[in-house]
Amino acid sequence: MLFIPGNNPGMLRDCHIYGADCIMLDLEDSVSIYEKDSARFLVYHALRTLDYGDVEILVRINSLQDGGVADLEAIVPLGKAIIRLPKTETPEDVLACEREIARIDAAHGLEVGSTGMMAAIESAEGVLNALAIARSSSRLIGLALGAEDYVTDLKTTRSVDGTELFFGRSMILHAARAAGIAAIDCVYSNVNDEDGLVQQTKLIHTMGFDGKSIINPRQIEPVHRVFTPTQKDIDQAVAIICALEEARAKGSGVISLNGKMVDRPIVLRAVYQLELARAAGVWSDPDLVIPQL
Amino acid sequence: MKIVKNAAAGTMESSDILVTVQPAEQGITIDLTSSIEEQFGRQIRQVIRETLGCLGVENVLVTAVDKGALDCTIRARVETAVYRAAGADWPEVDWGTLS
Repeated sequence: MLFIPGNNPGMLRDCHIYGADCIMLDLEDSVSIYEKDSARFLVYHALRTLDYGDVEILVRINSLQDGGVADLEAIVPLGKAIIRLPKTETPEDVLACEREIARIDAAHGLEVGSTGMMAAIESAEGVLNALAIARSSSRLIGLALGAEDYVTDLKTTRSVDGTELFFGRSMILHAARAAGIAAIDCVYSNVNDEDGLVQQTKLIHTMGFDGKSIINPRQIEPVHRVFTPTQKDIDQAVAIICALEEARAKGSGVISLNGKMVDRPIVLRAVYQLELARAAGVWSDPDLVIPQL
Repeated sequence: MKIVKNAAAGTMESSDILVTVQPAEQGITIDLTSSIEEQFGRQIRQVIRETLGCLGVENVLVTAVDKGALDCTIRARVETAVYRAAGADWPEVDWGTLS
């Protein structure tokens, strides 16, 4: 998820060409308090006019008390962006935003519920309420960790190995999984430290996150490199799916591959690997039907 | 909308346009500076005029320094400047009526 400052016309124009899976147009922290109106007009017209192709678009609004309602009035009727809430601390924060979106949906004749939401958790209270937040609205498609505010709230700072984030990341990931929505990790702010970025991305990939937030197009390739299944992963997943099909054809309830039993969690992981590989554009086999489990 | 004070929006960065609006007695005057004026000057002026028309602005002096802005950027900067110039009675934006 590539963060783009909402008041920068050049970045708004070019942001979709670098290969990010998802773009977040920011009306909040990256915009000066004196330019909130300007960014709102600019993002509104960019969304109305520019063709961002298949890239998923989010708009990070300001808090409802500080211009967020005006942001929603501009963005929601366009029906082109998921709304990202900043600094979500309680389920009521989500519900308050949802009420505003529903009001705007209805006023513009949009199908109520058609605008998705993502909640960014950026405080100790938000982390401790993560599960309640994740389950608070059917519009929520994911949770995201905002690390800078979170570590400040914890009275600590960011470290290279991310020790200070481990509890927050774990809470957000578990809450998202329990609610069946996505979990997106925070940004790695030092764009000149690719090794640090890769180290952090490997950690959150291993933990189970669905993706990582980034602040520069240079960070797209290293993050994709970590998340894209290797050829070995793909070969293994294909072999598992083939073994599943073979067992089904024989009417056998037991699947084995190279003498080892393959049970349901292993098949689920294989399916996920192939879906990821296909989305990354590194695998395609029209003859292999990925089972819906 | 009525322009009651001077206001500006935008920057001098590449792909942007700095738009300044000032109250005027009669009609719309556009003073444009652009490195691509030869090719696109007429179109830039046209976009500025259309945007002002949608906002109901009839009397204004617009000074625009263009750095290669797209039409959507020009619209956004003109709208921002006009709303800022509306003074204390800054009206709520009616998104449906924008250009």
